[in-house]
Amino acid sequence: MLEGRDLACVRGERTLFSHLNFALDAGELLLVQGANGSGKTSLLRMVCGFLTPEFGDILWRGEKIGKARESYHAEMTYFGHAPAVKEDLTATENLDFACRLAGIPVDSQAVKGALGHLGLGHCLHLPARSLSQGQRRRVALSRLLLTRARLWVLDEPLTALDQAALQLVQSLLGEHLQAGGMALMTTHQAVMIPGVEPRLLPLKA
Amino acid sequence: MLQIVNVVLRRELILAMRRRGDVLTVLFFFVIVASLFPLGVGPDPKLLRLMGGGVVWVSALLAAMLSLGRLFASDYADGTLEQLILTPTPPVVWITGKILAHWLVSGVPLILVAPILGVQFGLSGEALLVLVVSLLLGTPVLSLIGAIGAALTLGLRGGGVLVSLLVLPLYIPVLIFGAGAVDGAMSGLGAEAHLSLLGSILILAFILTPWAVSAALRISIE
Repeated sequence: MLEGRDLACVRGERTLFSHLNFALDAGELLLVQGANGSGKTSLLRMVCGFLTPEFGDILWRGEKIGKARESYHAEMTYFGHAPAVKEDLTATENLDFACRLAGIPVDSQAVKGALGHLGLGHCLHLPARSLSQGQRRRVALSRLLLTRARLWVLDEPLTALDQAALQLVQSLLGEHLQAGGMALMTTHQAVMIPGVEPRLLPLKA
Repeated sequence: MLQIVNVVLRRELILAMRRRGDVLTVLFFFVIVASLFPLGVGPDPKLLRLMGGGVVWVSALLAAMLSLGRLFASDYADGTLEQLILTPTPPVVWITGKILAHWLVSGVPLILVAPILGVQFGLSGEALLVLVVSLLLGTPVLSLIGAIGAALTLGLRGGGVLVSLLVLPLYIPVLIFGAGAVDGAMSGLGAEAHLSLLGSILILAFILTPWAVSAALRISIE
């Protein structure tokens, strides 16, 4: 469903990768691998449409993502380095607005449930300013529970998380893949999801 | 689509309420700049009445500039902007919502305070009314045009200075017609012509600038 054809990425003068091909289908997890600076984040940003590939195309259901923008964006979600959590809003408000802006209808019960599931039940109404780094990332991750996106694009979703949250995210991923979703992800940690054999996508110049 | 504008508006207003300091800073800046002029040029009432409209307008321009940093910078820094771009809604929709919120938070207070400043300069009742109407038509244009500059300078070092260089020249027509309207009312020539020109600039800016902002954001996010 998601396909990259002959992609090349140039940042400044340097070619990060070229002739990169990949395909991702329902129920699959694709792990992008490479050293720091090898272009993992750039690849993910290309898949989101933030970066235009120097060469090659990215296709969603056979159509270029630039052309199918609306339907593509409705079916994907991105979790990046910046967690998109507003310091002045509470955890509940953050999640609520994030969902509403993405066009996902939510009620306060669902929002509370999602935050509770991620272990934030006791700080629902605290401004995000007073949350720790890991807790803010949990607020951002709670979006994954409410979105009905088929494609998850996750850039280092496991950093700054404790053991319990690591387990939780992996089980979330497992459920998502089981339900026919797909995920494109970078991580430097070992990912162990029962019943899922992640495919690897190494990046080389 | 209106629903998205509504959500953006509510979110921005809540954020502004929680950061009231930012709003008040801009307002005080406006008042202080306008109040500095009489100290600089001397207390001659005739002279002050003559330049009152222009001074209030220039101060409004500078205050609007000062508030532009808030428009996209924090959303850019914390990743919200990326998420907004990834929503299925066309960017023009939420950009319009954000600009509208920006005007409500930083433009409307200026309009409310402007008559008081006008009285300081000894403007007549009719001139005060024209001043308020001209600001009502002109300040949204300042937010609209300013948004292009704010979007283009996202993530740049020294973006604050750069944005003034980019945006202030574009503000000139608004200044000319805004201050001209007040002048017209004072001299008895009438302000209608200036006000209708301001109105047409507003309509044009409302239709065109969100598209320019959308393109500028796409460049900045790369």
